[in-house]
Amino acid sequence: MHEVQPEPVPVAEKAKRGRAIVITSGKGGVGKTTTTANLGHALAARGCSVALIDADVGLRNLDIVLGLESRVKHNLLDVLDGTVELDDAIVRDKHNSSLVLLAAAQTREKDEVDTEKMKALVERMRESYDYVIIDCPAGIEGGFKNAVAGADEAIVVCTPEVSAVRDVDRVVGLLGNKFRPQLIVNRLRPALVKKGKMLSVEDVNAILRLPLLGVIADEPEIIVTTNRGEPIALRKDGATAAAYHAIAAKIAGEDVAAPTVEIKETGFFGRLGALFGGAK
Amino acid sequence: MIEFFRKLFAPTNSSQTAKERLRLVLMTDHLSLAPDMIEQMKRDFIDVIAKYVEVDRDKIEINFEQQDKALAMLANVPILAVNRNGGDGGKKREEPEAVDAVATGTNGTTAAPALPRRKRRKKSAPSAVAPSNASPAPAG
Repeated sequence: MHEVQPEPVPVAEKAKRGRAIVITSGKGGVGKTTTTANLGHALAARGCSVALIDADVGLRNLDIVLGLESRVKHNLLDVLDGTVELDDAIVRDKHNSSLVLLAAAQTREKDEVDTEKMKALVERMRESYDYVIIDCPAGIEGGFKNAVAGADEAIVVCTPEVSAVRDVDRVVGLLGNKFRPQLIVNRLRPALVKKGKMLSVEDVNAILRLPLLGVIADEPEIIVTTNRGEPIALRKDGATAAAYHAIAAKIAGEDVAAPTVEIKETGFFGRLGALFGGAK
Repeated sequence: MIEFFRKLFAPTNSSQTAKERLRLVLMTDHLSLAPDMIEQMKRDFIDVIAKYVEVDRDKIEINFEQQDKALAMLANVPILAVNRNGGDGGKKREEPEAVDAVATGTNGTTAAPALPRRKRRKKSAPSAVAPSNASPAPAG
């Protein structure tokens, strides 16, 4: 009698194991979802296949930030429950077909997510995408734990505020070393920093001591792009779009120069500017 | 006094204030998140003192306190006996004199290991032990 041989797995399929990165912060309202949407676009623009998972069950938002809200028919919990196939639940982006979204459930609760199933789902998605990026809910409770479960890298988003820094510190402590968390300082206002009225990137990182992935200025246009559901990273020019693309390049392993501050006065308000890490 | 004038004339730089406040609060946070580490440190600390003088282990108090600009570890260590030739106070228990040797004039002594040179009497300004926020504390 001879034994049944396991079916040979096609080499190409077996080879793929994308990266699973969770975007987290502890505190709410620091820009996790905006960051997720923009990094998704910036990575997809590099020709990578990217899946975004909105893990903020009950408070779905990534779909609307991406402008995909009208296309969402099924969600993460449908997939976890096994009632809908993954391929039927994901929504392909309008602008870039290599970017897909798995939306959160709006009418369910965070604790309905089964951590093990979440882990398995992310693991499965890594076989089909170069990047699986998980938008984590605020807080450090069950929702956080589920969002983190399947990831093996973390990006923490921090605004230059005492509350955000404290929360990031806590989250980094919870993550431990396994996730090798990297930092994005979001909503920096260089003019305020210059006047000594806002924590600088160095101040923030003197406390957090994390590898700095990038810096995003407090850019009013982000409000406009969010209003429209067209993330700013889709734009061809502008310092903020460039900053997101530089972060994506850095995530992809490119050697990117440290973010530099560029203060530009625009118009009347002396509003300023953006920062970016230009490629070397 | 100097502090007062400094505050009076220095332009208030709120980002500096934010930085200071964060540094302090995070030290306190990290301490509260690592109770096992703190307990171990207290035990080690007492063991070190007990190598030189006989201490009343049950009455030792070690606390952390936020001072104006620093986090301090305050220790009150009642000393029962000091051996004539020094050393090994922990073993032989001579008549307990219950000298609160530490509390000469002050209500606490600085517990920072590296600061015995400090001779200030007033205010008993404790020194910062400041386990900096480097402590990884992955305590869940």
